[in-house]
Amino acid sequence: MSNVLLKVNKIKKYFPKKTGSLKKNMSYVKAVDDVSFEVFEGETLGIVGESGCGKSTTGRMIMRLLEPTDGSILFEDVELSSLSKTEMRKARRDIQMVFQDPYASLNPRHTVKKILEEPLIVHGIGDKKERQTRVEEYLEIVGLSAYHAQRYPHQFSGGQRQRIGIARALMTNPKLIIADEPVSALDVSIQAQVLNLMKRLQEDLKLTYIFIAHDLGVVRHISDRVGVMYLGRLVEIAPSESLYAEPLHPYSQALLSAVPIPDPTYQREQIMLTGDTSSSTETGCTFQLRCPYATTVCKMNVPELVEVRPGHSVACHLVGEQQ
Amino acid sequence: MVSNSVEMKTVEEKAVGPWKVAWQSFKKSKAALVGTAIVLFFILLALFGPLVAPQDINDQNLSVRLLPPSGEYWFGTDDFGRDIFSRIVHGARISLAVGFLSVVMSAVVGSFLGIIAGYYGRMLDTIISRIFDIMLAFPSILLAIAIVSILGPSLQNALIAIAIINIPNFGRLIRSKVLSVKEEEYIVAARAIGMKDSRILLRHILPNSFSPVIVQGTLAIATAIIEAAALSFLGLGAVAPQPEWGKMLSDARVHLMTAPWTMIFPGLAIMLTVLGFNLMGDGLRDALDPKMKN
Repeated sequence: MSNVLLKVNKIKKYFPKKTGSLKKNMSYVKAVDDVSFEVFEGETLGIVGESGCGKSTTGRMIMRLLEPTDGSILFEDVELSSLSKTEMRKARRDIQMVFQDPYASLNPRHTVKKILEEPLIVHGIGDKKERQTRVEEYLEIVGLSAYHAQRYPHQFSGGQRQRIGIARALMTNPKLIIADEPVSALDVSIQAQVLNLMKRLQEDLKLTYIFIAHDLGVVRHISDRVGVMYLGRLVEIAPSESLYAEPLHPYSQALLSAVPIPDPTYQREQIMLTGDTSSSTETGCTFQLRCPYATTVCKMNVPELVEVRPGHSVACHLVGEQQ
Repeated sequence: MVSNSVEMKTVEEKAVGPWKVAWQSFKKSKAALVGTAIVLFFILLALFGPLVAPQDINDQNLSVRLLPPSGEYWFGTDDFGRDIFSRIVHGARISLAVGFLSVVMSAVVGSFLGIIAGYYGRMLDTIISRIFDIMLAFPSILLAIAIVSILGPSLQNALIAIAIINIPNFGRLIRSKVLSVKEEEYIVAARAIGMKDSRILLRHILPNSFSPVIVQGTLAIATAIIEAAALSFLGLGAVAPQPEWGKMLSDARVHLMTAPWTMIFPGLAIMLTVLGFNLMGDGLRDALDPKMKN
């Protein structure tokens, strides 16, 4: 864990919200607001948050499937947003994506062979024979068999399809894989299989993951570091053990207190938040209306992400006072 | 992982493609099979019928004019003493050719415009869609008449007119399908892989948007045959000696009371062909439409 592979700096994505055809002052939905983080080679960065907090948008902006409104994304010291359309297509060889819904992310009219071969064809890797071998090799790697290549996606179960989705992402030997809720559509028993597969592949192939999920248990299982997002902002980012042992941001604390513990006799204090995610204001901390500790300063200023301990950064005015 | 591979071996080995799945469900519909049989019959008739037609279609023999159906003249004779059965057999070739060719032309042009409009959106979409709206604002037969009057009456121009008036139907259909398909996650995945727009359009969006075009195409052949017959009936399509069914109907009008067979048999031929295509089209729609079973 040494070199910075990806450096995301203050990216924003605002979606215009038209309030009326004649009104000129448009308001914006701030899907992602000022998010910065780094991803180191070989690690897994988990990003958690409830639905609508901008975690998927962040992932898609790194892929440039969505254009960021502002900010920079450096991948191996190359500014991705400055690349032309053609250059970006080529850069995608190094950044691949695993999608949430294994039922929707595979073309129903293509055989598995066609699906897996396509990234190779698109990036001009290998001849026909080499591609065939590689397809079979990667099917084996993700735990399927070579003879599955002739089948169509609808002949597989959800877990198997997700394996195909993972194999597709691996075909071009990418350096970074963005996994957008890769297991949330699967049964719990299958989730573990797929997570273990991803872990094994990471070790074997020296992959770097950005793992987006809403399930804290899943994220803990796979991540080296975890970032917590709330309403478009990164509120806390820390090494996995540190975050799960001692979350500093009030939102992270509430979030973690909601994780079920598989022990029916264990009693724990749950932090119940009032309000919902639509409770936000124009100024100050996005979390102020739901935060049990909010003070006047939270209503005035947006807290910056500050490193309070080595590797552990929090965006909260009160963290200093809390301790 | 061990349990997984065991489970997979129990699944049947054959690859069942999406077309095969559709065929399985198509087979179950009796009406669709009857329709297909009728269509096949007329196609065979069009291909080989002229070889077996008993009489020359232009052979006039005024001594046998307006004879009722008999052993020699199965469907009777018309007012020039021509064998109606032979003329209907030859007419199948004309009607089917007009139906197929006009539909292929409008499907190709319509799909192209529809895909462009649906995928690129914005200005292109607005321009193309408004042109479709304008074309659809006219009753189609009126538009066809207008086009034929500009081009001049002939079977070929009738075909072109029918092709043009059907373009917006295909265009709109495929546009709406493309709009939904392009939001599918496998299209996002295709872009994430780094594919060019052209490849995404041809390999991913087109094949997944095409099944309604096949259904619409089959049904449109039926409509096109009727439209061609209508144009010929109005004197804007086939010209005098051509054994076109609509033209035969129009020529037979004056003998409606005295020699009804001159009208009944061409009418029946049109009806049967159209019925066949409609039944087949309905069957195809049921087989292809309720989305691919996942």
